[in-house]
Amino acid sequence: MLKKISIFALACLMATVTLAGAETLINGAGATFPYPLYSKWFSEYAKIDTSVKFNYQSIGSGGGIKQITAQTVDFGASDKFLSDAELKAAPGKLLHIPTVMGAVVVTYNVPGIAKGLKLNSEDVANIFLGKIIKWNDKRIADDNPGVNLPDKAIIVVHRSDGSGTTSIFTDYLSGVNSEWEQKVGKGASVKWPVGLGGKGNEGVAGQIKTTQYTIGYVELAYAFENKLPFATLKNKSGSWVEPSIKTTSAAAAAAVKNMPADYRLSLVNQPAKDAYPIVGFTWLLLYQDQKDKTKGKKLVEFLTWSMHQGQKMAAPMLYAPLPESVMKMVENTIKTIK
Amino acid sequence: MQQNELTATEESQFTNSCAKRRGADGDRIFRWLTFLFAAAVLLILGLMIFEMTKESLPSITKFGGRFISGSNWDAVQEDFASLPFLYGSIVSSILAILLATPLSVATALFITEVAPNRIGTVAASLIELLAAIPSVIYGLWGILVMAPWLQRTIQPWLADHFGFLPFFSGAPYGVSMMAGVLILAIMIIPIITAISREVLLAVPQSQREAAVALGATKWEMIRIAVLPYGRSGILGGVILGLGRAIGETMAVTMVIGNTPQISLSLLSPAYTMPSVIANEFAEATNALHSSALMEIGLILLVVTLIINVFARLLIWKVTKGHKGGVA
Repeated sequence: MLKKISIFALACLMATVTLAGAETLINGAGATFPYPLYSKWFSEYAKIDTSVKFNYQSIGSGGGIKQITAQTVDFGASDKFLSDAELKAAPGKLLHIPTVMGAVVVTYNVPGIAKGLKLNSEDVANIFLGKIIKWNDKRIADDNPGVNLPDKAIIVVHRSDGSGTTSIFTDYLSGVNSEWEQKVGKGASVKWPVGLGGKGNEGVAGQIKTTQYTIGYVELAYAFENKLPFATLKNKSGSWVEPSIKTTSAAAAAAVKNMPADYRLSLVNQPAKDAYPIVGFTWLLLYQDQKDKTKGKKLVEFLTWSMHQGQKMAAPMLYAPLPESVMKMVENTIKTIK
Repeated sequence: MQQNELTATEESQFTNSCAKRRGADGDRIFRWLTFLFAAAVLLILGLMIFEMTKESLPSITKFGGRFISGSNWDAVQEDFASLPFLYGSIVSSILAILLATPLSVATALFITEVAPNRIGTVAASLIELLAAIPSVIYGLWGILVMAPWLQRTIQPWLADHFGFLPFFSGAPYGVSMMAGVLILAIMIIPIITAISREVLLAVPQSQREAAVALGATKWEMIRIAVLPYGRSGILGGVILGLGRAIGETMAVTMVIGNTPQISLSLLSPAYTMPSVIANEFAEATNALHSSALMEIGLILLVVTLIINVFARLLIWKVTKGHKGGVA
């Protein structure tokens, strides 16, 4: 009798194990910026492959890097690429897989200038350095003939929380202004020379919406969704470019010939004529040598899908898809995952 | 027969002692259980202090005392010091307490002593409702409604008329130390009011009757009979409010402007310790950066501890010499 019962129990146990084995759970954590797109990808992909389930925690790029390094998740996600030291700290070879691109727009609130304020990059840097302090400064006025700029002090608003948006924006400022590069530098949190700190895109946007004569920066998607006014910037090749999905993708297309094999490349200030200057990749981070081969196989399948069907979902959600040429490169990289 | 009787007595004695022992066992279990829970709290606190000290060790060894006295906070250059955050936390909390305490005690007095019973009950439950509002809601209201309003009305007026004072100099931005103080005060008023009200309700009726019998007016009655009796309880409420104010994160972060600077002006932005932790911890990839944030957490813990010790001493001092009259 006892034997029978134990055999039955064993059979039950095995049944559960096989059932659980039928569905692979893949855990990820990291950047908040691509989270809306990733969750759309995961839910769409679940319809195609019912045997895999993704679980993604949007805890921020820093957290994503920490967790993938500690191997507590199967993949990480980050808006900034890892430094050589950080890569060395990881227990295996980490791959950067670029998924989409984001852009940062300069938004402002000046009564009478509903849209289309023109700023060249040197002026943007000087405003955030606290060197251009009035809206009617000659340097701004020269680029905006016929616009009635008020004689008011500029109030700078920046992100107070560490974020990829700040990282891309300060990378851009470091590229266009050597004083910024030396005094402030680039990073997710920096020591701002002037201005007020708002928490999150919503904090910065809220501050700018409710306060006149402010200037700040937010993600492109956030600015578009909330219909915030944005500045047209002068890019490295000297042409005026409005931020858009198209000009964002153009920045990556311009960078293809310098694209390193590990995709660790900053996309700001690309020299192409139609490239918007404040652009960055967002990456997935995963180990080339997957410990769990089933998970590894599923990840490869998913990533390949994300390079085809996944890319088509990006633009409607205001993310810039990878240009064709980069997509092909990434696909080859994905194939090396074992 | 006799023997039978004896056995019966023995038996009853035996059952009695059994019951007693069972009871004693229960007591012992209860004692250990409560001890275990109490010890767990201390253990968790101890572990927290240990872990935080361990994590902040790189920062402590690198910066030493300069971490508390300096005011540079630069994640790119990896140079960290916490004085502006310490200043922001302490000043905003203390100003909020100074603002909230008289308001709260007056509200509690109104509810218990002045208002008709029914209005008092309604007012009391409404105030308790305020305490249940999540802080992020206060923060959103602060940044979307209160800060712009401050910027349009009160702050320009203060800057125009009292701008010669260092406390009101500078341009009005809305988000500022002042906005942080106001939002904190609004958030702790319900706590102090609710506790003060309970304390005042506990003042015996005879106390009031005695004062009135001596010919006291209502105000005199409150002053000589009610307030001294509830003094220690009200102080306890104020301390709880201070505890909430110094640890409050989200609402303050949204309205204080998040600029690490030490400025006397209430119109200029500031920064607090919980805010910088909440803002930067998630994205602190650099080891020294997260260690410095950990050290700020440790300092916050120590500051809270010091405040609590001071509060205890204050309550002892206030209640001393009032024995008999004071609960």
